[in-house]
Amino acid sequence: MAGAISRVYQNIFRRTSTFILAAVGGAFMFERGFDLLTEGIYDNINQGKLWKHVKHRYGQASLEDEEEE
Amino acid sequence: MHYTRGHITFSRPGTCIIAKMAAVACRGVRTVLGKSAGTSILTHQSAKFSTLREMATARKAVLAAMGVVGGGAAGLAYALNQSVKASDLELHTVKFPWSHDGVFSSLDHASIRRGYEVYKNVCAACHSMKYIAFRNLVGVSHTEAEAKDEAMGVQIDDGPDDEGMMFKRPGKLSDYFPNPYPNDEAARAANNGALPPDLSYITSARHGGENYIFSLLTGYCDPPAGVTVREGLYYNPYFVGGAIGMAQALYNEVMEYSDGTPATASQMAKDVSVFLKWAAEPEHDDRKRMALKAIMMFSMLFTITYYIKRHKWAVLKSRKIAYKPPQ
Repeated sequence: MAGAISRVYQNIFRRTSTFILAAVGGAFMFERGFDLLTEGIYDNINQGKLWKHVKHRYGQASLEDEEEE
Repeated sequence: MHYTRGHITFSRPGTCIIAKMAAVACRGVRTVLGKSAGTSILTHQSAKFSTLREMATARKAVLAAMGVVGGGAAGLAYALNQSVKASDLELHTVKFPWSHDGVFSSLDHASIRRGYEVYKNVCAACHSMKYIAFRNLVGVSHTEAEAKDEAMGVQIDDGPDDEGMMFKRPGKLSDYFPNPYPNDEAARAANNGALPPDLSYITSARHGGENYIFSLLTGYCDPPAGVTVREGLYYNPYFVGGAIGMAQALYNEVMEYSDGTPATASQMAKDVSVFLKWAAEPEHDDRKRMALKAIMMFSMLFTITYYIKRHKWAVLKSRKIAYKPPQ
């Protein structure tokens, strides 16, 4: 454990350049993960009510729309 | 949580500032010290932070009077507001169990789509929705192609053309819902002097919101004994005063849903209420999604902040201060 921490410190946090890189990269990954998680929870709560859940019901028009895209 | 880290003795005069800071910051020290002397020092210290003590008596009196007058005015306004509500001749709507009631519950988009059909086939004969455009339907209740078809179905005034004439053209996605009357006066003239309100923001504009809309649409009945309704008006207990210019519009099977849902009067009233709720609050779903994100994010940040605060203050809060007189 202590070895891992010191390795992280030596390789990442010690230099400003890698520290900034780690902060930006970490923020990006956290944001992505957090969004996936919350969107998943929200979609789960509202299963069957959102537009993307009912869109397929509305026949030909929706198929044409997907082809256009 | 207070723990002791042994005695810290301050003997040099220069350190007494730190001692004071520690004493002021750490009310919790009192319990650790358990001495009456500590209490008196602390109350004396905290008094230094009060600005009330140095104020002139007259200033204090003026501030107190302002507080009393302000509080009284607020109380009076509240009481008057309550009493006015109680005097209205109207039936207050009950709260219906909407599927979008929950803190994180979205609107039912299939219902919005049916509600749009009800608006288009029934309400739009008299009511405008001038702040809603066909493009707003895209991704909410219709695909882009369907919304274009809906827009094409109406004739929009445009112009002037090369000869200075106004002309009609089929609608586009960017067009707003057409107004059934050219202006408000024409609308009044066609409806016995009563102006059908614009429905864009109607659920936000009425007490009870979508509950009121549903109750009003399904609440038509014969007037009770002793109540007479003027010619051209209709009785509805949910409308203020009871006499409403709008006739009952929704009857069973007055139209057909394209998705095959049985078009009962209450089904149509429910769907159009949800549609109008969406129209008034198009940000409804995003708002609740953001609420979920914000609550999760801020509870995480709060936990971290609180932990760091406790961590940093633990030393100060658990420090013991003793005065050792110079020998």
